[in-house]
Amino acid sequence: MEKFIQLTLSGVANGAIFSLVALGFVLIYKSSDVINFAQGELLMIGAYLTYMTVQQFGLFWPIGVVVAVILAAVVGALIESLVLRPLIGEPAISVIMVTIGLSSLLRGIVGAIWGVTPLPAPQFLPRDPVKILGASVGLDKLLAIGLALLLFGLLTLFFRRSNEGIAMRAVADDQQAALSMGISIKRIWAVAWAIAAVTAAVGGILLMSIFGGVSGTIGRVGLLVFPVVILGGLDSIPGAIIGGLIIGLLQAFAGGYLPPELGLGEVVPYVVLILILLVRPYGLFGQTRIERV
Amino acid sequence: MLELNNIEVIYSDVILVLKGLSLAVKEGQIVALLGSNGAGKSTTLKAISGLLKPENGAVTDGEIRFLGQPIHKKDAASIVRTGIFQVMEGRRVFEHLTIDENLRAGAYTQKHAVLHKDLEMVYDYFPRLRERHAQKAGFLSGGEQQMLAIGRALMAQPKLIMLDEPSLGLAPLLVEEIFRIIKRINKEHGTTILLVEQNARLALDAADHAYIMENGRIVLDGDPADLKDNADVREFYLGLNEVGHRKSYREVKHYKRRKRWLS
Repeated sequence: MEKFIQLTLSGVANGAIFSLVALGFVLIYKSSDVINFAQGELLMIGAYLTYMTVQQFGLFWPIGVVVAVILAAVVGALIESLVLRPLIGEPAISVIMVTIGLSSLLRGIVGAIWGVTPLPAPQFLPRDPVKILGASVGLDKLLAIGLALLLFGLLTLFFRRSNEGIAMRAVADDQQAALSMGISIKRIWAVAWAIAAVTAAVGGILLMSIFGGVSGTIGRVGLLVFPVVILGGLDSIPGAIIGGLIIGLLQAFAGGYLPPELGLGEVVPYVVLILILLVRPYGLFGQTRIERV
Repeated sequence: MLELNNIEVIYSDVILVLKGLSLAVKEGQIVALLGSNGAGKSTTLKAISGLLKPENGAVTDGEIRFLGQPIHKKDAASIVRTGIFQVMEGRRVFEHLTIDENLRAGAYTQKHAVLHKDLEMVYDYFPRLRERHAQKAGFLSGGEQQMLAIGRALMAQPKLIMLDEPSLGLAPLLVEEIFRIIKRINKEHGTTILLVEQNARLALDAADHAYIMENGRIVLDGDPADLKDNADVREFYLGLNEVGHRKSYREVKHYKRRKRWLS
């Protein structure tokens, strides 16, 4: 029972981080139909920026994190305007190739600035284990869950209440109609990239804290975004959140209960992904077209 | 208020759609733009509202002036801010957004303070939308979607609304209701309306002035009452012959000959 609770909590914590990263991916896909293969690198940038502000500049950590997140948003918006905007109207496959290239470029830039050896993470989240129902869990994992929940809540409010959020959903629904009401699509895309970079950065910061260090390989978590979003549905925000939790839990349980020498923890998410796609090809929550009869 | 002078529009650098089109819309009027399929009516509206670019079209000659300012070089977002709003053909509501959210999207260019008042105004024009304000727009009937599309335009407080085929695919009773509301908006709000229609009879009844387009040009224009008496209009758009009887299909050849002459 203790083991179960412990695995559940750490699965949920990892899952919450996957959800954050996947959320940005879905946002970009929904508003601009771009499949962003550089999502993991956005996470890496967030982690390194925090390393820079907290460790190198010596800012008090809450301030350092906020500065890093703002910088990440700027990087996201810059990527959109410098790299993606010239590609408007190009075939989807070219855009995908460009995001793959972008991911290498970003890894290269980070390597050039901070080197390729792993760096020790600034220790700002207390790592003392907490006892919950007899299982001991690191406080940083609980914080990851709480922070992810907070961010989801804020984003939901943003999409339901704010003009910019509603405009973003309008663009996702019908770009030309949105254009006809004076909504600037370029601006919406820049905002989508900025938010995607922010959620990825928060994911990166949490991962860095849980790993206790940061290196270029942290961006590999981005790969897990694909089972998450395809599971939840490419265009569904709740799908990204629930898909992330499912993948996180599956990974934790498969790693904890199945014989470790098989190394199934890494594989099981993909197996389940295939099974779900057999039953629901558009993912668990993918948008189906509304048809009036 | 709105003037188009010798507009030329080319799609994909090769397809010439508007060939020197000129028209003028006076403030406070309802102006109808009639013509058969492919005459270039929708293209004219898109040229005004700046929506040609996503379709790879461009205004290559002539100029469009709104309230004295040239607007043919501006992008769609800033044209909306000058006070022109196009209700696109086929309604184009945001299906996955609720009615409330659709209307708020229409008010994107407006200040937050007037939002509530404008919402009330739209719901007063369209009580049916108020009943379903939290429902997703994709589940509305065609008529309700058209109402939502017009309401969404009102939310932007435009000086000129351009309606592209508001009667498309609607039952006759609904079409009449929509046209009644269009006239009310014009009268009570003083909003100028440029109306593109295939339903010539309805459009001529509602309009203060009408233009008839063929092949990318204006071929006739004038007072709707005069146009209704014009022999060619009666024949080609209202489907009546000189004596006022319905045309017989035997005279189709004649129709084609006259039509070629007209363009």
